[in-house]
Order: sequence, then C-alpha cells, then structure tokens
Amino acid sequence: MGGDLSRRERLKLPRQEMGEQPPQARAVNFDEVNLGYTPAQAVAEAERCLLCARPTCIEGCPVGIDIREFVRLVAEERFQDAADVVKRDNFLPAICGRVCPQEDQCEGACVLAKKYTPVAIGNLERFVADYERGHGGPAGVVAVAKTGKRVAVVGSGPAGLACAADLVRSGHEVTVFEALHELGGVLLYGIPEFRLPKEIVRAELDQLAELGVRFETNAVIGMIETIDELLDEDGYDAVFLGVGAGLPRFLGVPGENLVGVYSANEFLTRVNLMRAYAAGAETPLLDLYQKRVAVFGGGNTAMDAVRTARRLGAAPAMILYRRSEAEMPARAEEAVHAKAEGIELATLVSPIELLGDDDGWLTGVRLQRMELGETDESGRQRPQPIPGDEYEIAIDVAVVAIGNAPNPLIHKTAPDLEQTAWGTIVADPETGRTSKVAVFAGGDIVTGGATVILAMGAGRRAAVSIDEYLDTGVWEIEPGGLSDRPRGSARHPSSLPVPGR
Amino acid sequence: MNRILETRILAPDVKYFRVEAPRVARKRRAGQFVIVRVTGNGERIPLTIADADPEAGWIALIVQGVGKSTRTFNHLEVGDTINDLAGPLGMPSEIDQHHTAVVVGGGVGTAIAYPTAVALADAGSDVIAIIGGRSRQYVILEEELRAVCTGVHPTTDDGSYGYHGLVTDKLAELLSDGHRIDYVMAAGPVPMMRAVAEVTRPHGIDTVVSLNPIMVDGTGMCGGCRVSVGGETRFACVDGPEFDAHLVDFELLARRNSTYGAFENYRNEELTADQRCRVGPPGSR
Repeated sequence: MGGDLSRRERLKLPRQEMGEQPPQARAVNFDEVNLGYTPAQAVAEAERCLLCARPTCIEGCPVGIDIREFVRLVAEERFQDAADVVKRDNFLPAICGRVCPQEDQCEGACVLAKKYTPVAIGNLERFVADYERGHGGPAGVVAVAKTGKRVAVVGSGPAGLACAADLVRSGHEVTVFEALHELGGVLLYGIPEFRLPKEIVRAELDQLAELGVRFETNAVIGMIETIDELLDEDGYDAVFLGVGAGLPRFLGVPGENLVGVYSANEFLTRVNLMRAYAAGAETPLLDLYQKRVAVFGGGNTAMDAVRTARRLGAAPAMILYRRSEAEMPARAEEAVHAKAEGIELATLVSPIELLGDDDGWLTGVRLQRMELGETDESGRQRPQPIPGDEYEIAIDVAVVAIGNAPNPLIHKTAPDLEQTAWGTIVADPETGRTSKVAVFAGGDIVTGGATVILAMGAGRRAAVSIDEYLDTGVWEIEPGGLSDRPRGSARHPSSLPVPGR
Repeated sequence: MNRILETRILAPDVKYFRVEAPRVARKRRAGQFVIVRVTGNGERIPLTIADADPEAGWIALIVQGVGKSTRTFNHLEVGDTINDLAGPLGMPSEIDQHHTAVVVGGGVGTAIAYPTAVALADAGSDVIAIIGGRSRQYVILEEELRAVCTGVHPTTDDGSYGYHGLVTDKLAELLSDGHRIDYVMAAGPVPMMRAVAEVTRPHGIDTVVSLNPIMVDGTGMCGGCRVSVGGETRFACVDGPEFDAHLVDFELLARRNSTYGAFENYRNEELTADQRCRVGPPGSR
C-alpha cells in the first residue's frame, strides 16, 4: 500500500503512461485515442503523490477539487470514495479528466513538476469517473429540501451544466435551455468523438436529469423567449447565461468565402453534431479523401479540426500557424497526438489570400512568412511579417480555427444587458452578476473563448451567487456599477493567455 | 415534437404543412424562419414561416422536395410529428408603409414572399404580387395573395397561365406603365433575385431579397451561411435573411450554394432507388 512508501521511494516511481490507440490505427477511426488507466496503473500513479501538507495542486485547479484526498483514496483502492470526493467540486469529471489543460493547472502546480514529472492528476480524475460509470453510477440521489425557486439556465455547455448541477443540489428548480437539437454545447458539437466520446457526455447529462434538472432543446433564447419574458412571464426567479462564444472569426483576407473554406465551428459541427462522417448521415461534408486540407490556428480547436480532417482521409492534413510551436495555445497532449497521427505543422506563416478557380472553389493559399518580434500583452512574442517573403501552396479545403466572437443573439433582445466593446457580457468574475437584476452570466460569453474548466468554474461561482440572491433577495450591484471595477472581461479576450478552448 | 395538422400539395414536389408550434406562432414575424429536422439522423433544414396563427398555435411551412431531406419531409402526413423545430430565427422583414410595394415570388419563393406581402398590406401599403412558375401548375398561393394584394400577376415561362414571360418582364412592365412603386421584395432562385435587383437598380427603388444560403445551426454559430453584402461578410441567419438586393454578391451566393451538388445528386439517386424498391403491391411494406 502507498502508505508504506517513503518520500524517497515515491520520488523514484515512474509516471504511469496511459495506453492509447496506435497512431496508424487511430488516424483512420473516430474511436477514443486514450484508453484510460487500469486499476493497477491508477494505484501505481496515485502512490507517486507526496500528500503535501500544503497541496499546491488544489490551488491550480479552477474548481478547487480536493486532489490530495481523492488521489490518496485511489492509492488505497477506494475508487468510488475517490469519485465522490471529486464530485463534491466537479460534477463532470469524466469530461474534465479528458479535456482540461492539466499541465497549466493542477499538474503544472504539482511540486513534482519542477524536478520530476507531476502526478497524472487528469488521468486519475478520468479513471475514477470512468470507474464510477462502469460500476453502476453514483450512490442514490440524496433528497434535498425544495426551495420553490426557479432558475433558467441558458446554454447546455460546460458553464450552464456546472451551474445547473449546483443549483439543483441546492434545492432549486432548474431548466436548461439549449438552442440546438442535442445537449452539451461545445462538448458535443465542438470536441470530437476521439477526444471526448459523446456517450460520456450523455452519461453525465443523464446524471443531471436524474438529479431533477429539466432540459429543453430547440429553444433559442432571445428569439423564442426574451430574458425579460423568462423573468416576468414564465416565473423564473433568476437567469444564468452560459451561451458561449459562438460567432466564428474569419481571416479577413480575400477569398475567405470561396467554396471549400469552413469555419472550425461549421466543420466540427457537421462532423460531431450532425455525424457527417458516419455512413447514412444526411448532412453533407466535402469529401476530404486524399484532399489537401489546411487548418488555420494553433489552439485546441485547430488540433481537433486537423485531426478530424486526417481521420476523414485528408492527405496532407496540415496546421498553418502564425507564431512558433512554443506559442501554440493547444494542450501539449493534443499537439503530440496530432503529430503522431501524421499532421503536418507549418509555423510562422500567415495567410494573405485564399486563391480560387473560375468557379469559385478554393485551390490554394498565399502565405506570408513571419518572425517573432516584441513580447505582446499576452506574454507571447508578437509575430510580424518578413517583408517580401511570400509563397503559395495548393490546398483543396481550408478550416479557419482562429477563435470565436460572442454570439450577438442575446444582446439583440436584451439591450439593457451591459456588454464590452467586443460583445462579451459584463459580469462580475466572482459572482457572475450582470448589469441586469437577477441575470447572471459566465463562461465564454463573459471571458471570450477559453476552456471547458474555466467555464465550469464560472458556472459554479455563479451558482453560489444565484443561491445567495434567491435566499436573500439582495442584488447589491447598482446598474452600471460593474464598469468601475477591474475585471477579466475588460481586456480584449484574444489578449488573455488562455490555452485555446 | 411538433405535430402536423394539415397537408396540401401546392405544386409538383411542393407541399404545404400546417404544424403545431404554439410558441413559435406567437413570436414569429414576417420574414423569419425555423430550422427543422425530420428524423433522428436528419439534416437541419431552414424553412421560412409562410403563415402563422398565434391564437390557434400553428405555423405553416411550404417545402419543395429538392434534396433528400426535403423529399423525406414531403412524405410526412397529418398526424406525423417533426423531430425538431427551432425558431423563430433571423431578423423579421422591415415593414414600413409604402405607397406601392411589389412582392416578387419565383416558384416556391412565393412562399417566402407571401408573409411579407401580408405584413406590408397590414401596414397600409398597396401591395402588388408577381408570382412566377415554369408553367401553370408551379404558380402557388395566388388565391391567398389575392386576399391581401391590390393586384396579383401570375407569370409562366411557357405561357400556360397568366403573363407569358419572366417575373422580371412583368416587373419592368409595371415600372414602365408608371406605377409609383417604392419598395420591392423578391424571393426565389438566385438568378431571378439578381435579375430583379437589376430591374429596380436604375429606378433607385428600395429592393430587398430573402437569401437562401446553406445553413447548419441558424443561430450564428457556423458561418456557413455567410454572404457578401456591399463587400462585407454577413451571416444570413442572424443578420438576414433579407438584405439590400443592390448590394448582394449573387454570384458568390450561387457558387456557395453549389457546394454539395455532387452529394445531393448522389443522395437523391439513393433515395429514388430506395423508393423504387419499396413500390410493391399494397400492404407489402
């Protein structure tokens, strides 16, 4: 047992590498790449934990999971107890264990990270979540006293789901509204099957439904109901907006509307949500087999898109990124996986023009070579063009994955909701309170494009504040008062050093 | 789930559906659309809301069976349900009072122009409708338009009914006859809308067209429906679907709409083969 090991012995234990599908096999299928730990591996990995008196890993976790405790329980083979500990702070661990940028969070903060390799906290989180799902799910639903208060959660992505989970466990009646025909938001339409199997998203959604969260799909809030109508006519006591940053940015170069140029959102939605990769799918997608596919961008979405293209037969499937590889915001693991699958990576290039034939179909791209210059406000070196150093390459399909702007739908129908110059909703980062009484917001719609776990953290903080508001009826923020405080959203979202999605 | 309350064949491959959708019926305004998905594996199809009754809680959709998904839709009958229906989406038509407004509908585009005609008439405009079809059987909603318009001019390409010629020929004729037309709204095939824009441009008449680009989510998320208007990229789903006809890049629209031509042909052949196999003696299915 782990308890018998000395500190020195623990330091010598090697980090357990998770099994994965061989690159040649996975480059042609949509099955999950990572295969998960075996129980023996999980215990061996958990034994590496030094059980620090002051666990810095917990400080590195945006939702403050009691990492030391759950890892200790894994080492003792008390897997379900470990899952219970994780779930106190994170209701969607099977998802976070797979998509969190752990190297920048808990594992980056692990004391072993400096001289050794950090404890594989993400892998362990994933293991306990999968263990629970494979062993009949969580212990029965604990009955909580109903408060009689009703909350409308708009958007069923990570922010909305995390918020809903906490609110329903506080006894509030929660309805989640989703614009699309399936639940999950970016977890569903954005992140591909091979990185986050949809079955896992559904299982976590089922757990929320069991807790009593009600879901309504095909409900485009703003169009079918305004926020005012939710509050004044439908009897909701509070509204949480977790609608995400859903408006794709394009390159702003000539030719971006040629046939064959997709936004990453469109490309991934066709494949993930509409399952255009599956036989018999009714939603079309351009045939990528043996086609030259270029993905612009260096974040997780770009990696998802290029690896998807590879699986659909693209040859080559390439990343064209304007900074150097070191500045790529994608999770380290995604970049490693992508390269193992044969993805080509061209860095320090920026598109000047997309080229087309007489019928308006994409045929190539004219690229500008870049070099790194001064450090910008994101702490990365700013790419700048090398004058006159331009060249063209032939491509058949392009996917633009350079980020999203906030969706304008909500503001259009709620003009009294204060927003920034970039269209994000102004909300207190600690409470999610907006300029509109009883309306809270969190996730990408407040911060601009960020990560699943940051959105979940915002959803959870808002849930605390919603609970407090419903209990006390006090809304201490005066209209306009938010503008005077420092807040994350006061900076341009793209200047924030966030690791992609 | 949205139940179908009534169906009618309006023209070959063109079918009218009255669909239960109380909340959409209450909210929708002329010019807006819904996205429907017929089956669990289905494509998301944008369809203009042709009509609605907020009290009775239904909307009307008019579907032309051109691709596999729309042809599957047209097999639905009274009592069947539509798996998913989301809306209303898009910006409503801008409805002002005009001296004389003309709505131009080409083929099934008349279903898109019809609700705008009703709204313009309700706002106190004199409305003239020009509705075209290849031949008589393709001219739709004539009777409905007569109920709200001061004049309805059916046109056919082959002269089998009404005015022999294109909708734009009729429009040009009305203009040269000295009608004081100060607003034109057109919906139909891309070449028709482009031609309408060219007819009204020299007269400086306010002209809008309702665009029909490829779309997935319909809420601004995918950008598949981007169109170029006055040199700026706009999303038809959240900025439109109606735009200033004199500023739209119709060639780009036509090209982008051809993206999946090969795929649709293949799906259509597959569907046709599938239906042929199913044709057998009554009760054999």
